[in-house]
Amino acid sequence: MLEIRNLHAEIDGKPILKGVSLTVKPGEVAAIMGPNGSGKSTLSYVIAGKEDYQLTEGEVLLDGENLLEMEPDERAAKGLFLAFQYPLEIPGVATMTFLKAALNAQRRRRGEGEISPADFIRRVNKAADSLGISKEILRRALNVGFSGGEKKRMEILQMAILEPRMCVLDETDSGLDIDALRIVAQGVNALRARDRAFLVITHYQRLLSHIVPDTVHVMAGGRIVKSGGPELATELEAKGYADFSAQAAE
Amino acid sequence: MPAVQETVDRVKAIDLDQYKWGFSTEIETEKAPKGLSDEVIRFISAKKGEPGWLLDWRLEALRRWRTMEEPNWARVHHPKIDYDELYYYAAPKRGGGPGSLDEVDPELLKTFEKLGIPLKEQAVLAGVEGARVAVDAVFDSVSVATTFKEELAKAGVIFSSISEAVREHPELVRKYLGSVVPVTDNFFATLNSAVFTDGSFVYVPKGVRCPMELSTYFRINEQNTGQFERTLIIADAGSYVSYLEGCTAPKRDENQLHAAVVELVALDEAEIKYSTVQNWFPGDKEGKGGIYNFVTKRGDCRGRGSKISWTQVETGSAITWKYPSCILRGDNSQGEFYSIAVSNGHQQVDSGTKMLHLGKNTSSRIISKGIAAGRSDNTYRGLVSAHRKASGARNFTNCDSLLIGADCGAHTVPYIESKNASAVFEHEATTSKIAEDQLFYCRQRGLNAEEAVALIVNGFVKDVLQQLPMEFAVEAQKLIAVSLEGSVG
Repeated sequence: MLEIRNLHAEIDGKPILKGVSLTVKPGEVAAIMGPNGSGKSTLSYVIAGKEDYQLTEGEVLLDGENLLEMEPDERAAKGLFLAFQYPLEIPGVATMTFLKAALNAQRRRRGEGEISPADFIRRVNKAADSLGISKEILRRALNVGFSGGEKKRMEILQMAILEPRMCVLDETDSGLDIDALRIVAQGVNALRARDRAFLVITHYQRLLSHIVPDTVHVMAGGRIVKSGGPELATELEAKGYADFSAQAAE
Repeated sequence: MPAVQETVDRVKAIDLDQYKWGFSTEIETEKAPKGLSDEVIRFISAKKGEPGWLLDWRLEALRRWRTMEEPNWARVHHPKIDYDELYYYAAPKRGGGPGSLDEVDPELLKTFEKLGIPLKEQAVLAGVEGARVAVDAVFDSVSVATTFKEELAKAGVIFSSISEAVREHPELVRKYLGSVVPVTDNFFATLNSAVFTDGSFVYVPKGVRCPMELSTYFRINEQNTGQFERTLIIADAGSYVSYLEGCTAPKRDENQLHAAVVELVALDEAEIKYSTVQNWFPGDKEGKGGIYNFVTKRGDCRGRGSKISWTQVETGSAITWKYPSCILRGDNSQGEFYSIAVSNGHQQVDSGTKMLHLGKNTSSRIISKGIAAGRSDNTYRGLVSAHRKASGARNFTNCDSLLIGADCGAHTVPYIESKNASAVFEHEATTSKIAEDQLFYCRQRGLNAEEAVALIVNGFVKDVLQQLPMEFAVEAQKLIAVSLEGSVG
């Protein structure tokens, strides 16, 4: 489903991604772990289409189409979703309004009709209930004054409503307490499906006990330096990133 | 940085020439001789069949104007206006003034149809209350048609062009004309008093709630003319009227001057709601052409418990210079000002309001939303003052500015003067920028750049849009979105 081929990217002339190659199959949950500065967040921004980066080489294919040639909203319509590490506030725009506008924009792009108000409300209520998000929060401006945990749960709510096919979760666990972590993980697990794939980016093994990955990749110095099964995460937890940092510096 | 470069590239590529009301109408027009002189004034007055007192009023205004100096304190820049190069009267040869629509030049009718202005009275939409709107259509210097006059007359409401009101109801006009904006008030008001051509007159009798929305639609067409309309609205004791003003103009290379005067009078317990959706041609993408909108609007809350509210959505004009104001004379009177001023391209806006608290226990509310994009400059200028006898005066002001892109400017110039110790004036102001990150977040969710800006802007102006009559709120939303097209980077 997602194929990243030899991706190189820089910011202000400084190389960050130095040849990332990675494949995620439909139905797969792949984790990317790595030390600070390894380029994990940059990778998620580049996949989503943030403008600050110069892409010097490589491709990112979603079902064979190169995302790098598309605008961020086009990529979204193709089924890409990025759960932000630091979700933005949009003052004056109610959460419900934002969600409906986004969903309909994607559907229009895909040639589907707009969602009926009744179906939309049903979809939102179902997702909100399972994530413990109150109706009152849905009426407030998106993310304005929300706690860290509420913002992260809101990202998962959006994911549940937009029904993307390729979900990139950028350090979704950062800033979450134990209970919030469990709820978020539950939300993600509920969305696992045969035709959906996840790329879960995290520092810590902790999240991966709740969202058990099929594959774990280690990223250091702008490249994937090792891949393995879920036990690789436990290994990292025990040994740390020191070996890999040294490797990447070579 | 690539993001900034893209913004710059996109700003350069703004197609401001998408102003879709920019067409002009080929029509036979009759014009006064160029320039300002007693002869031109007499010509205008004679054309309108005005009584002697009004001609004298005009001539006196012209005499006074010649002694005045053009003000230049606003935060706007423009080349000197050559007042002798303008035509002060231009009317379509056929179809000026009262008469049936059959007598109106068909090109004129087509123009208003193209603009979406309903000149033929429309049957009530089944089951939809308040769907009819009476329209007075003003093309260059004349009112072309006023709809629903008979029905309004049944309720006792007078709604006509001011030229007609001068002929049919001279005593009313004479009583109130110039009582809110005196001839001496300011350079442009004095000029207007000398050469005003047409506008609307409304009188709502005691205790009457006007049965439908009233509106005037102004269309400047002829080249090198100025438009100087004069509107006078009087709400007698206990009455209510809601009035809407709309305006557009064709695209031309030279600037055109629009110096209007609007006077509102609300007597005891009366209420006037005045809404404006202004979309004069803003100039092309090089900043060439466009209307100079230098307008004096003032409401006198003369009666006890009277209320006047101004709601404006300003998206057009090369330069907007206006301060719809309220004189809170009557005890317990209320004034409100709700404004959305959008500027893009090379537009300049210096707008705001004055709330003058004179009576006891008066209150005022100001909500101003400025949105600046492109290379424009957007200034809010407001005065809230309390006379020393104005005990219990209260004001709440909230002015917010939103900047889109890095080349525009937003400024706030609030004046607060209180000469009474019991006055309570609150002022809140914010300036914010649509951040690249916010736009990226919206786009990652599937909204394209324009949709993202529209969503954010709508959230920003929601409080003010809510004040507009419903049908016009929708139009205003669309207009704001169109005005901001191409502003994103």
